Parts: sequence; structure tokens; C-alpha cells
Amino acid sequence: MPIKILMPALSPTMTEGNLAKWVKKEGEKISAGEVIAEIETDKATMEVEAVDEGIIAKILIPEGTEGVQVNSLIAVLVEGDEGDADVEAFIAKFSTSPKPVEQIAEEKTQAPAEAKLASISVPNAPAQGVSTNKRIFASPLAKRIASIEGISLSNIVGSGPHGRIIKNDVLSAAKSSKGSIRRDKEEYCLVPNNNMRKVIAKRLLESKLTVPHFYLSIECVMDSVLNVRAQINANFESDKDKRLSVNDFIILACGKALKEVPAANASWTDSAIMLYNNVDISVAVAIEGGLITPIIKNADQKDIVKISSEMKDLAKRARENALAPEEFQGGGFSISNLGMYGIKSFSAIVNPPQGCIMAVGMSSKRPVIIDDKVEIRTIMDVTLSCDHRVVDGAVGAEFLAAFKKYIEAPILMFV
Amino acid sequence: MEKFDVIVIGGGPGGYVAAIRASQLGLKTAVIEKEHLGGICLNWGCIPTKALLKSAELLQKIKHAEEFGIITEKANFDIKKIVNRSRSISAKLVGGIKGLLKKNKVTIFEGTAKISSPKSVLIEGKGQKTSLEAKNIIIATGARARILDGFKPDGKNIWTYREALIPESVPKSMVIVGSGAIGIEFASFYNALGVQVTVLEAASQILPMEDEEISAIAKKSFETKGIKFYTAIKLEGKEISNNTVRVAFLQNYTKMLVEAEVLLMAVGITANIEDLGLENTKVKLDRGHIATNGVCQTAEANIYAIGDVAGAPWLAHKASHEGIIAVEHIAGKKPHELNKLNIPGCTYSTPQIASVGMTEKAALAAGYKLKIGRFPFYANGKALILGDSEGLIKTIFDAKTGELLGAHLVGSDVTELIHSYVIAKSMEGIELDFIEAILPHPTLSEMLQESVLQAYNKPIHI
Repeated sequence: MPIKILMPALSPTMTEGNLAKWVKKEGEKISAGEVIAEIETDKATMEVEAVDEGIIAKILIPEGTEGVQVNSLIAVLVEGDEGDADVEAFIAKFSTSPKPVEQIAEEKTQAPAEAKLASISVPNAPAQGVSTNKRIFASPLAKRIASIEGISLSNIVGSGPHGRIIKNDVLSAAKSSKGSIRRDKEEYCLVPNNNMRKVIAKRLLESKLTVPHFYLSIECVMDSVLNVRAQINANFESDKDKRLSVNDFIILACGKALKEVPAANASWTDSAIMLYNNVDISVAVAIEGGLITPIIKNADQKDIVKISSEMKDLAKRARENALAPEEFQGGGFSISNLGMYGIKSFSAIVNPPQGCIMAVGMSSKRPVIIDDKVEIRTIMDVTLSCDHRVVDGAVGAEFLAAFKKYIEAPILMFV
Repeated sequence: MEKFDVIVIGGGPGGYVAAIRASQLGLKTAVIEKEHLGGICLNWGCIPTKALLKSAELLQKIKHAEEFGIITEKANFDIKKIVNRSRSISAKLVGGIKGLLKKNKVTIFEGTAKISSPKSVLIEGKGQKTSLEAKNIIIATGARARILDGFKPDGKNIWTYREALIPESVPKSMVIVGSGAIGIEFASFYNALGVQVTVLEAASQILPMEDEEISAIAKKSFETKGIKFYTAIKLEGKEISNNTVRVAFLQNYTKMLVEAEVLLMAVGITANIEDLGLENTKVKLDRGHIATNGVCQTAEANIYAIGDVAGAPWLAHKASHEGIIAVEHIAGKKPHELNKLNIPGCTYSTPQIASVGMTEKAALAAGYKLKIGRFPFYANGKALILGDSEGLIKTIFDAKTGELLGAHLVGSDVTELIHSYVIAKSMEGIELDFIEAILPHPTLSEMLQESVLQAYNKPIHI
């Protein structure tokens, strides 16, 4: 009896995914636990392991296919003595199930008028790939130099054999481009949306359309926490990997503040407010092509060194696209920090279904009035965006006050 | 007065190629040759020397036949037969040139040409004078051996390449002044025939145009074959008595003396610009050569100069290419200017030396950061099969762009290997083009790729 291999759901919210790669081929023998394929989900690439052992009789969904529905048949496994007819019959039983991807692929090949668009949206195009449909003749060296100098070949007239662009053409274009305006003949290029882009678009649009946002801002005096950080880091002089960032203290202060104001650690559902029992903080990390929010779990109970090392590990693996779904799906509260880019303050979009997101700006020395005198203090602006259905103004204010308390008097975080 | 679109003066590898191309482009063309079609290249240079060297190489191979399991009688040679073979190959090719010119409807004039005005040429030959009218003139008169004061060839004890190409007998010993391609090729040839050869070179290395590292490897190889070298010398003078030439020179301020039966002068060339009637034109000279622009045009707009007479490098293939550039420019096309860094140079000694582009020293001086690859013959299967495990393939890349700046080869058959690098340079290939290529196994050509891999720290076979 043939065994079906279905498109797995790698996370509770997953409805479809991309079949990135087949690790095993038709006719190959597999044993339980072996990796057979790689599936691209919303935000990560996951390996699919075989549950049963046998021989892969047929692969139904070719690798590189986008938008494969969860639980659709992707391959058929046989135990040994089944013939092709058995397999065909088995697949036929599944024929009623939808095969959206194959239909789309067929439509593409049947629509020559749309050939240009089709060539732009090839699923295998690299994320940073820039597609134009004009073939440019240039020597390998000319292309290499153009890419180093950041020059577009499309505007260069070639002087090589049959008008081919050669090294000298690129070098003189590089020279002449300094100080003069060169309008690109191609008005735009199309960068295909990857899954992450689509998810960001979908979720944030949903948030802005359905979540009633309001915003609260507060200034925090950072001198004490910077002083504490300097003292701790002085200790790690020889081991630079262990050094703490300001962001590590912000996560910890946030954890403590959420413990104190649990009403801010909550989500809206139609029937009830969902109050989280654990303090799990999602921290936005910018990665190639988008962003992802790995989670520091139980941030209120962890010490600063633990938070720091976890955050470094999560951020590193996030950039390598190697996070497990449970490491970035969930969380009750989000932090987005753009301080390192010199942003003074900003308002973030609530990350549904969470109720709050805290936007952190840059710490900078500013004049403040203390005892009627102008003094210099290091100030950081934070802005809390709240879903008013869950968190009222007073709750948001209470949370920010608690956060301010901890970040301004870091000693409180260690007692 | 007969009218031509193009008159080519000189039927060497520059002139006859220019004439054929001109005719192909529909121009009415004449070529004037005073001695023999094919010029130095076919008659007194490239072709006959390589024929001699092939005999010498074969002789040495036969002497080592036992390494291949072949038992022979004592190998010997007949210099007359070696020379005859060389001459007959030249004669055959010269005949071929005549046929090619006729096939392409080029009119051949035998005689000496003089430019009487920018638009007319006077030919003197066989006691006749003929005047031709020319829309365009291409000067392709070539060059001859440079003669140093006090070292005038006498054909007996002091030779130039001419005598060295057609020896009646083999001298016991020979001093060669100059270690460029010509000096080294004759040193290799006569050494293989058992002549005691000494080479004097004014520069600090032999084969002065080649990469220092390659030159050193070649020198070591020649020395193990018994050739003696003196570099960084200054010639002082010579003395001939009892059929012996004594050459005096300075090395490190020390006076030295070498003696031999024959002194072969190979100290470069002198352009053939005399009696051409250049005074009747605006043609300008530059250090003894005719000055030209990127498309071989002289200061007289309808007069072009190509090949040796127009300057270095003095190579037949450079002359031919310039011939095509000049003619295409005359025909109103837009030829690409000659890029001297893309012209390969070959020396057909044993071992052979071949190179294209910049030496390591030149590339560093030009300010490049380099990636350099080296692959030795001893690590290549085919080299061992051929019994030629001596040699090196060196490649030099611009670390920033991956441009192949230079390739320098020494070893067996490298003159037949250099073309891959030449094509890569000509089409502006980068290191990836070599790395991605699949080369046949087992061949010497595998080393071309391995050297590049080594430059990028990923060689397989070393």
C-alpha cells in the first residue's frame, strides 16, 4: 500500500508554504527520520523529515514551487512491491484535492503575451535580483567592474566587437558619471516579493486597518544604565562577545515592567482579553529582505547576561534564516529599536495579535532642567503603540512609568 | 600610370596580410617586394628557426629515448640535412603566399619601392622603373639585425641570424650577445647540437622582456644543459685571430674575456626606413621607427606603417594584426586599436617560454593588488607522460576585478598553450571563466586552470 507524503504544517498558523528543495529524489530509499525536503514557511526554511521508511515512488510537487497548500499531496512513498499502477491509482484518489500551483504554472506557459512578466517573477530569482528584459552584451570584466563601481550597464554604449561593452567603456562611464546626472533609461526594476515581504505586508496592513492605535511617549534618563553597562563591560574587556548592549537592558527593563503591569502583556480576541501568563518579548531584528521578531522568553526571570547571550544567538541565526518557528512565533509584547540608526523617536505599528509595541529611539546628550538649572543628561525617547481594544491609556502610561523606573534605576532590575 | 587604392611596400607577414585583407574589402591592391615574399618571418625568422629547433629537440628526445623504453643506436645529425629541411619548409610557405596573393587578386611587383610623393610610388627592379599612383600607402618594410659599432658581422667569425640559420658546419663554440628570443633560440639550438654556448646579456636577467621568475627558471634549465650565461654586462670589444673570437666585457666592474669560434650578434633590430623616400612625405620618426597612431596612420594621413618598421614588439603576429587594422581603417571601418598587452610573445627554445600581458613587476609598478597563481609541470600527469616535468604556469590577476593581467609560461609546448590566456585577455575574461571551464584530461592544458585556481587558493592537484 503506497504511503502519502503531505505538505506539513510547520507552525499552527501556516496555511501554505513553498517547496524549496527536494533532498531526496524519485527512486531513492529513505528511512524514518531522514530529511527528505526543505519547506520555506512564512519566515524560515525548515527541513521535513520522513515519518515512514520506503522508496520515493513519485514526487508530485517540483522543488521551487510556491504556495503549496498544507496537507496537499507532495509525494508518494512505496514500501517495495507496489507497481506503477498502484501508485497512479493512489494518486488518482487524491486528484479531487486542489492543485493550485500546477494550474498557475500551466497558465504561465500558455500566456505568451505575459512572457515579460513571467520572466520577472521566476520563483528562483534571487531576492536582490534586479530583472530587466533587455539583453546587454558586455565582457565578463566589464560586468565585474560595473558591479564593483555600482554602474548600470544599460546606459553604456559599447565600443567592443559588435558593440559589446568592454572594460574601457565602463571605466570612462564611471569617470563621467562623477558630478553629472545620468538618468537610467529603465524607469524601474521589479524585485519579486518573497514570502517574508508578503507576510509583512499582510500583517501590518491588517494591523493598521483593524487595530485602533494610540501612542504614548516618554523620556528616559540613561546615564545610570550606561554607567552600569560600562562597569560590567569593563569586566568583559578580554571577551568582547560577552559585552552587553543598551538593548539588552531595555529588554530586561521591559520584562520587569510587564511583570509589574501584566495588563500590557495581552491580546484582543472577540470574546475575551487574552492575558499572557509568561513574559515573552518579541524583539525586531532587521534581516536581508525584511525583518523578523525572535522571542526572549520569560524575560522578567532572566539575568542580563543570559538575555544578552540569547539575543546575540537569536539575532545571528535570524540573519542566517535559521530560526525554528517557535523561536519567532508567539510573544506577548514587542520591542523595535532604531536607536542605532540615529532615529530620535518613532511610532511603530502594533504587531498582531499583541497589544503593544515599544519603539526605542537613540540615546543622546540633551539639556534638561533639574532644580531650575540646565544640566546635561543622556536621554532616550520611547514611544508605546497600543491596541486600544486591549490596553487603555492609563495602562499604557503605567507600563511606561514602570519601564522608566527600571531603566533609570537599573539597580532595581537586579533585586 | 597605374592606379591602386592601396600599395603595400614589403611582402612580409605585415604586408602580405594587409594586401590580402585590402583586396578582400574590395580595394585595388598592389604589394611591392624587393627580395622574397613572406619577409624575414618566412625566410629568415620565425619559420626556419622553428624548423631547426624541431630537429634539435628531436635529437635530444632520441638521446633520451631509453627513458621511454626505446633502444636506439647512437643518435647523430647531419647539419646540411637539418638546414635543407628548414629551407624547404620556408620555400614551400613562400610559394603558398604567392598563391594566396594571386587568389585574392593582389598585384605583385618585384623591386625596390620609393615613395616619390604621398600619392605615388616608384618601383625599380630588373632594370626597369615603374611609377604607380596610390590612394593609400602601407609601409611594411620590416627591420634587420642591429649592428653594434666594432661588431660588424663578417659572415665567418661574426654572425647574425642569417649565418646562424644556414651554417655549413657546426662550430665548436659560440658566444651569443643578446638573450632575447633570437639569442636564446640559437643558444638552445646550437647547445643541443653539442656546441659550447656562452650568452652575454646587458640586462640583469636573460629574456629581459619576460617575468623575472620565469626567466630564472629558464636560465636554470639552460644551465643544466650546459649553456653559460653572463648577465648585467657591458661589451668592451673583440679581437679575432686563428679562427677564434675573443670578446671582452665588463661585469661588476671586472674585466672578463670569453672566446669562441663564432660570435653571434642578437642585440635587437634596426627599422628599414632608409631610401624609402620618407623625405617626400610628412611621415615622422620616433626613436628610429615610423611614428603611428592607434590605427597605424602616420603623420601623412594616407600613409600607414605596420610591423617592425613601426616599432616594438617586433613580432610577426603583431605586424599581421596591424596590417588588418590599417586596411580596415582605409576601408572606412572602425577597427579596434592594438592593445599591446594582449600580444603574446613566444620563445621556442627547450624549454619553451610564452607570455602575454604584464609581468609581476610591471603589474605591481602599475599599482595593482595581485592574486598570483603558480602551477608546476611536475604535478601534471600529461607532463610526466611526455617526459617533460620541468616548467611552470604563472597567472597574475587584479585582486579587485579578477582581470587577467598577465600569464607567464615556461616548459614543454607552452607556446601552444598560451592561446587560452590570449583569448581570455582579448575577450576580457575574468578568473571565473577559467574556474568554470572543463578542460580535457589528461592534457597540459589542465595546468592553465590549476594555475588560476591556485591564484584563488583552491587548487586541486597541488
